[in-house]
Amino acid sequence: MFGYLIKRFIQMIFVLWIVSVLVFVMMSFTGDPTYMMVPLDATDEQIEQARRILGLDQSHLVQYWRFLGNLLQGDFGRSFVFRQPALQLIMERLPATLEIVVLAMIMALTLAIPLGVYAGAYPQRAGSRALMAGSLVGISLPGFWLGMVLIFIFAVKLQIFPSSGRGPTTVIWGIRTSLTSWEGFKHLILPAITLSVGTLAILMRIIRAEMMEVLRQDYVKFARAKGAANRVVLFKHGLKNALIPLITVFGLMLGDLIAFATLTETIFAWPGIGKLLVDSIYSGDRTVIVVYLMFVAFLFVMVNFLVDVAYALIDPRIKVA
Amino acid sequence: MVERDAPLLSVRGLKTWFHTFGGVVKAVDGVSFDLAPGEILGIVGESGGGKSMVGFSIMGLIDRPGRIEAGEIVFDGRELTKLDDEAMQGIRGRQIAMIFQDPMTALNPLYTIGNQLEEMLTLHTDLGPEARRVRCIEMLTEVGIPQPEDRLNAYPHQFSGGMRQRVVIAIAMIAGPRLLIADEPTTALDVTIQAQLLRLMKAQVEQRRTALILITHDLAAVSQMADRIVVLYCGRVVEIGSTAALIAGPRHPYTRGLLDSIPANHQGRSRLPQIPGTVPDIRKLPVGCSFAPRCPRAEPRCHADAPMLVTDRTGRAYACHFPLEDTA
Amino acid sequence: MAADTREPSVFQRFMVSELAHNWRRSASAIAGTVIIISFIVLVTAGPYLTAQNPYDVRQLDIMEAFKPPVWLEGGTAQYLLGTDQQGRDVWASIVYGSRISLFIGLVAMLGSVLIGATLGLIAGYYGGKLDAIIMRIADIQLSFPSVLIALFLMSAFGTGVDKVLIALISVGWVVYARTVRGATLREKSREYVQAARVSGLPNSKIIFKHVLPNVLTPLIVIATIQVGTFILIEASLSFLGVGVPITQPSLGLLIKNGFDVLFSGLWWISVFPGLFIMLIVFGINLLGDFLRDELNPRLK
Repeated sequence: MFGYLIKRFIQMIFVLWIVSVLVFVMMSFTGDPTYMMVPLDATDEQIEQARRILGLDQSHLVQYWRFLGNLLQGDFGRSFVFRQPALQLIMERLPATLEIVVLAMIMALTLAIPLGVYAGAYPQRAGSRALMAGSLVGISLPGFWLGMVLIFIFAVKLQIFPSSGRGPTTVIWGIRTSLTSWEGFKHLILPAITLSVGTLAILMRIIRAEMMEVLRQDYVKFARAKGAANRVVLFKHGLKNALIPLITVFGLMLGDLIAFATLTETIFAWPGIGKLLVDSIYSGDRTVIVVYLMFVAFLFVMVNFLVDVAYALIDPRIKVA
Repeated sequence: MVERDAPLLSVRGLKTWFHTFGGVVKAVDGVSFDLAPGEILGIVGESGGGKSMVGFSIMGLIDRPGRIEAGEIVFDGRELTKLDDEAMQGIRGRQIAMIFQDPMTALNPLYTIGNQLEEMLTLHTDLGPEARRVRCIEMLTEVGIPQPEDRLNAYPHQFSGGMRQRVVIAIAMIAGPRLLIADEPTTALDVTIQAQLLRLMKAQVEQRRTALILITHDLAAVSQMADRIVVLYCGRVVEIGSTAALIAGPRHPYTRGLLDSIPANHQGRSRLPQIPGTVPDIRKLPVGCSFAPRCPRAEPRCHADAPMLVTDRTGRAYACHFPLEDTA
Repeated sequence: MAADTREPSVFQRFMVSELAHNWRRSASAIAGTVIIISFIVLVTAGPYLTAQNPYDVRQLDIMEAFKPPVWLEGGTAQYLLGTDQQGRDVWASIVYGSRISLFIGLVAMLGSVLIGATLGLIAGYYGGKLDAIIMRIADIQLSFPSVLIALFLMSAFGTGVDKVLIALISVGWVVYARTVRGATLREKSREYVQAARVSGLPNSKIIFKHVLPNVLTPLIVIATIQVGTFILIEASLSFLGVGVPITQPSLGLLIKNGFDVLFSGLWWISVFPGLFIMLIVFGINLLGDFLRDELNPRLK
């Protein structure tokens, strides 16, 4: 088991390295950022000077080497626009993104599991079919559009919820959160719902499919032959087996959520890392884009790794490796 | 020995059909037999047929698109086909238990075998946790699992195939059922293990006076174990009789063919006889006797008229227009 | 002799097949197909059906801006779904925008299939280092959400339909490569393939005759659904401004246009394009779901 984890860990590092190369290569396509750093009336000499300071006059290979070196030391460079260390920017805004992502995930799971189990156990019923139709709609609609519709209905027309921005925040354990007040929570709801809908739909479909697959297995039939009541069969024998593949899905879902947070944050003007990314793309703030991507890559790789660990812990068949 | 009155199980005209896109599969098409308490009955036939479906029908585990179309299944005075699923749950495991063919897929890979064994006691008895544990260890010892206390915490994949099937047998017998249905219990296992397992099953059911229905395609195995044998072909009964009489003097050509193809019956012969042809597509059974296309004794009447099952005074039954001579 | 001895054509065989039979009985499959066909008709014949070409500046009248849909006060029958800030008919914009959305979705899918299937075949058939490299790349890509990768690529390349296509294909090929590789590996070890190799049949023939047909069914299912996925991704990219250029707006870009005025209560400019995206993707998913259930090897 230990050897397996070490192997996975090395793979992680490898993937991160590849990503750093790709990110660097892509970024060097976006043009020369020197012009953004210097005042508009800078002379050619000054521009050259700036380039030398930024290290942009060196060959790409050297630049990459410095980039990598800096990365490993935790120095991710400064944002051109904010003039702050880029990593710090990301860290400041991370809690905001986490708030809506985690809330969305909780909402999605809380609904998806019971609904998915029901639809999987009784696929022929009208209720199940309705759920499937609904989930199909859920995966067909553009998430950001849904957010806009929600804003229009609940914020503009009904005026129940605020239309954008983050609510009042307090700092707990060094982390800035808006969960501590009802006002803060109100600002959270619409973005979180927008995020959760797509995830809910997908999760429900997957859980249903898994349940149907599991309920076909011999051990389920055997459990029934043993005289177990239907509910017991469903939950003890069916659910646990069906949920295991869900762990992988969970990891992927988290990734998708963070990706869609980009759009959601843009619509709701939510000050998270997604909005930071979009703003940085507009303003051409290369450093921030690079840091964002490296950070997110790290996050995904970490999540995948944890998913593997979770699998190893939960499925008894894997223990004997 | 075997009582002739008050049968434990009485199956009459059982028809279990599957309604598929390609046609109706009549897996069980009019099967009737009786089973006395404590009797061992063998149901024999070729693979992939209605034999298993007879077992599932009795248990009430036929899923869509299958359905029990007609017939009666009377167990201990109760008509099983009329019971709803909840009532059947009370019977399954407690009164009638079933063993499946593949022990690997029958056991849930995520739970220890102790857990799955104890589940039976939790479901069907009032024993407390400590008493249950003791009973489980007893049972594991009975079926021949070494170091049972440790093995309670083991998972199915940590056992070999033969051991797993022993666990399955333990699970089936622990609640003391009156009838055990064994659906091809040794087919998935090594030949060397098969004999051991069959002996174990026989010991268990004799010890508890449990009736056993042994469903298999292995006529040799059945002839060692069973008191009586039912021979099925394409979902219908072609012969019934006590093992001794049937083996010594089969009346139906199919039974004869099955007996002839057992290697042990042919010391010294150069070539093993085979039943010519193959099992027909159940969806397109021929008119008349289903076995007629393959039967060496077939006459025109056989292709036109399906023979009825005829029972004689001794309890022997066969469905053939031109049965083999009575050599018993 | 009699004409009845002819072999039924492929079409005839198809029509009486289980697939067609079940299709006829499935309300959702029929609905999905109807939706898709309607869209295709709309998209090809559309420009001839709309009165206005919203991208011909000469046809626009700024005085007609912000007209609401016909059933609201102030709406007219001329602009069924209202107009936007430049007086463009929303309905016409949707028709023209759908062409781009659908075009991108289809072409990107075809490109992904071509590249993905080819790479998958190569990886599976020839194995070795090539296989390892291709699969490594695929695995790395799969651990990141496609939207982000596409977003990143577009931010580097800039807007443009061709660039969007490249970005989409870059994320879309992976699933085909894996599926085809898996099928290839399975087929490779089959006896009739080995027999063909031994008899000197060239590799390309083996691939086409034996491997490809077995891969077709899962590919069809995946490809169908992917068109929908691509339409959504492209809409997201365009909404963020890194997708299609303003000169060739897709439905996603239309939504973006309407976003700015949403807060003033002018909802129709964004809502209708989004509704259309949802409708077409929904139709695709309906059909895709049906195909998936039908073409899956059933366990009896």
